Amino acid sequence: MLIEFTDRGLYCPQGGFYIDPWAPVEKAVITHAHSDHARPGNGSYLCHRLTLPLLRLRLGDNSYQSVEWNEPVLINGVRVSLHPAGHIIGSSQIRMEYQGEVWVVSGDYKTENDGISGAFEPIPCHTFITESTFGLPIYNWKPQNIIFTDIQNWVRNNQAEGKTSVLIAYSLGKAQRILPALAAVTDNIFLHGAVWNVHQTLIEAGVDLPAVQKVHLDAPKDTFKNSVVIAPSSAEQSPWIRRFQPYEVGVCSGWMQVRGNVRRRNADAGYALSDHADWPGLLSAVRATGAEKVFVTHGFQAALSRYLNELGIQAAEVKTEYGEDEEGAPATDSSNEPEKVSET
Amino acid sequence: MTTGMRLFSELVVLLGTSTKTNDKLGALTNFFTDAADKDKVWVIALFSGRKPKRTVNSTQLAQWSLEMTHIPSWLFEESYHTVGDLAETIALLLPDTEDPGQTKPAQGDSSLTHYLSRLMELGKAEDLVKKDFILDCWSHMNKDERFVFNKLITGGFRIGVSQKMIVNALARTTSTPASIIAHRISGNWDPSTISFDSLLSEAGAGSDISRPYPFYLAYALEDEPSTLGNPGDWQAEWKWDGIRGELIKRDNQLFVWSRGEELMTERLPEYQAFHQNLPDGVVLDGEIIGLTHRPDLPEKFRPLPFAVLQTRIGRKNVTKKQLTEAPVGFIAYDLLEYEGEDWRERPLKERRAQLEQIVNKIDHPLMHLSPVIPFSAWEALTAARETSRELGSEGVMLKKKDSTYQVGRKRGDWWKWKIDPLVIDAVMVYAQKGHGRRSNLYTDYTFAVKDGDKLLTFTKAYSGLTDKELAEVDAFVKKNSLEKFGPVRTVRPELVFEIAFEGIAASSRHKSGVALRFPRIARWRKDKKPDEINTLEDLKKILELHGK
Repeated sequence: MLIEFTDRGLYCPQGGFYIDPWAPVEKAVITHAHSDHARPGNGSYLCHRLTLPLLRLRLGDNSYQSVEWNEPVLINGVRVSLHPAGHIIGSSQIRMEYQGEVWVVSGDYKTENDGISGAFEPIPCHTFITESTFGLPIYNWKPQNIIFTDIQNWVRNNQAEGKTSVLIAYSLGKAQRILPALAAVTDNIFLHGAVWNVHQTLIEAGVDLPAVQKVHLDAPKDTFKNSVVIAPSSAEQSPWIRRFQPYEVGVCSGWMQVRGNVRRRNADAGYALSDHADWPGLLSAVRATGAEKVFVTHGFQAALSRYLNELGIQAAEVKTEYGEDEEGAPATDSSNEPEKVSET
Repeated sequence: MTTGMRLFSELVVLLGTSTKTNDKLGALTNFFTDAADKDKVWVIALFSGRKPKRTVNSTQLAQWSLEMTHIPSWLFEESYHTVGDLAETIALLLPDTEDPGQTKPAQGDSSLTHYLSRLMELGKAEDLVKKDFILDCWSHMNKDERFVFNKLITGGFRIGVSQKMIVNALARTTSTPASIIAHRISGNWDPSTISFDSLLSEAGAGSDISRPYPFYLAYALEDEPSTLGNPGDWQAEWKWDGIRGELIKRDNQLFVWSRGEELMTERLPEYQAFHQNLPDGVVLDGEIIGLTHRPDLPEKFRPLPFAVLQTRIGRKNVTKKQLTEAPVGFIAYDLLEYEGEDWRERPLKERRAQLEQIVNKIDHPLMHLSPVIPFSAWEALTAARETSRELGSEGVMLKKKDSTYQVGRKRGDWWKWKIDPLVIDAVMVYAQKGHGRRSNLYTDYTFAVKDGDKLLTFTKAYSGLTDKELAEVDAFVKKNSLEKFGPVRTVRPELVFEIAFEGIAASSRHKSGVALRFPRIARWRKDKKPDEINTLEDLKKILELHGK
């Protein structure tokens, strides 16, 4: 066993480190900068180069070490390397090799190349630990370009009616992903403070992103006329959003695949745009690893592991404390944005 | 231009997602402008609850979709419990057509009417023929069309469109007052034979002698009654817990309509006894309710629990035994038509006076006037309202004496002033995922009271929590599941809720021995521990006090 499932998280006993621990540990390897995977209080952090500035933004100063993808480091004799997971900028799978045995922890991932997060790389391994946020066959995403066209048409319709288009998207990940599509239909993109902070951090880290402006509290009302605003879900129910009157709200989330969720969110438009793999994506990723044994974590782990077993791939469910980010928690997605909303 | 089934599916998507009444109204108005006349008639029918007879059952639909999707049936079940709607589950599971964004339109006739008439013809067809038709339809439809098509089969278009909205959209497109539209589209008409023009024309309206008037409904009074002004301007009546209905006699025939626009004449054979003494050209508004004649009481009757009425309303053929055990009467509230003339614009005072004469003349143990509660000061009415439960009533209705009989739910002239519900503290023991707006969330709960050192389940309750609380409970269920029984999770009995209900009756069908009327969650008692909940003894005491 290269990974043990403990009450602090996924632990590699040979290497003496944890992957995405949910309680403080000495040595942490971090798959990506979402708050349910990267938590404060660890002795040291190892992550991808582009994850580092995001960790610094969210967790402050710590002992950080960063690597590029496919750049192995030895930790107590375990060969550890990071590989693109395609989830958000910097997101990585963690490959561990010890005495000829290879394990891979997927973290969160998606198999479609979104053009910004790096293309998911299938890694051959003996044991694969996969997420299952959208592990049911009802989750079958449309290609990104088709969803982008839908969003662009929605923005154009709003512009024709003199309305502001407010898109609710996770500050880290989806907000950056939809920018190029939005920049193609408008020059006026405004960011909520929380999205702006992530944006600035990424620009400073050398990521190439379209030009945007920050929503300033004292801006005259007509500044936002016909523009596009990107905000996290916490802003949706707050007085902050009223300044954009008249506006329409569109929500970008995999949960929008099901009508009931769109209605519950009370959004004018819902786009099933997800940074997680859909059902075919999960199955193809598992198959591509050639793994003999699969552990299924956060999401529909019961369904996915049962199905894999029926396909002849040995699989088991594992309980973790991931999945509290926006996409992982459909129930709380309107009320539980795990980051501070700064409004300056 | 988009037409037929695709235009309809786009309308359904728009109505299902838009949050503003004006957007919905706009979408409907556009549809009523663009769509073919036959399809418009069907949309009015579908959105006002007139669904075609079902010819394909859910099991068949699920089975055929499994053959197309190649997934095991347990995974289909799992998906269904997450989506919460069969029609949508199938639409999401079916493999994409080659060009998912824009499939080719169907060959030949792709109107909504065409699909509906084909579906209705399937009634007599063999299963293989049904299957061929369904699979062929699925194969050339996009996801939204499949959803809508499946909904046509499974029935029930609950997508946040009220009848009022349909009426307003039609009023806008045809430039006719809404009250006239509302009347014309109510009653007995067959969408497969009537044309759009004759449905909405005056001649069409005259041809159906059973046609009821739209009901006037009251909002709940939230402020003190003294805010209503002079007590002398108001008439107070008891609020009865049955089914609102209209009793119609025209052309020497009797018709009974429920508020749900169901013709109930055949189910209520006892009403034929009113026929002889009821003048022709009369429409009465009232309550269809189980009751016993009690000449000794000032009201002359005592209502039976709603559960008694429930044993009757589903049945078309009523036995003698049922007629004796569960007699259904009529409590008359209002007079809408007299001598063939529409009386709705006359003041309540005048309508009531005439109503009294009519009801007194019928003189039958199952026909009663809704008693007027005498009061000269609001304090007196407040005191009278406190006795509601003893009379088997749910509270008080307040109607302005000069009010006209309006259409739909309106503020101002009529108010319902219900008594506070009965309450009991209970612990949640089972949870199940909800449907529709609550899909993929554990929102349907079963509650238990203490029975010695055991817990005894006694009711389910759904609504009453905010979205935020629902999310919290959902997270609790996911972390504290003890066992799974299909879609049901047994959860650690820790969360205490106050359950409110309108009535209670003894029941042999429930383990606890009681059945509650309108149970719902009043509030989450985070301040209470599970050992502080009420007991079965407490529940039985409430039954003794309030079980009629």
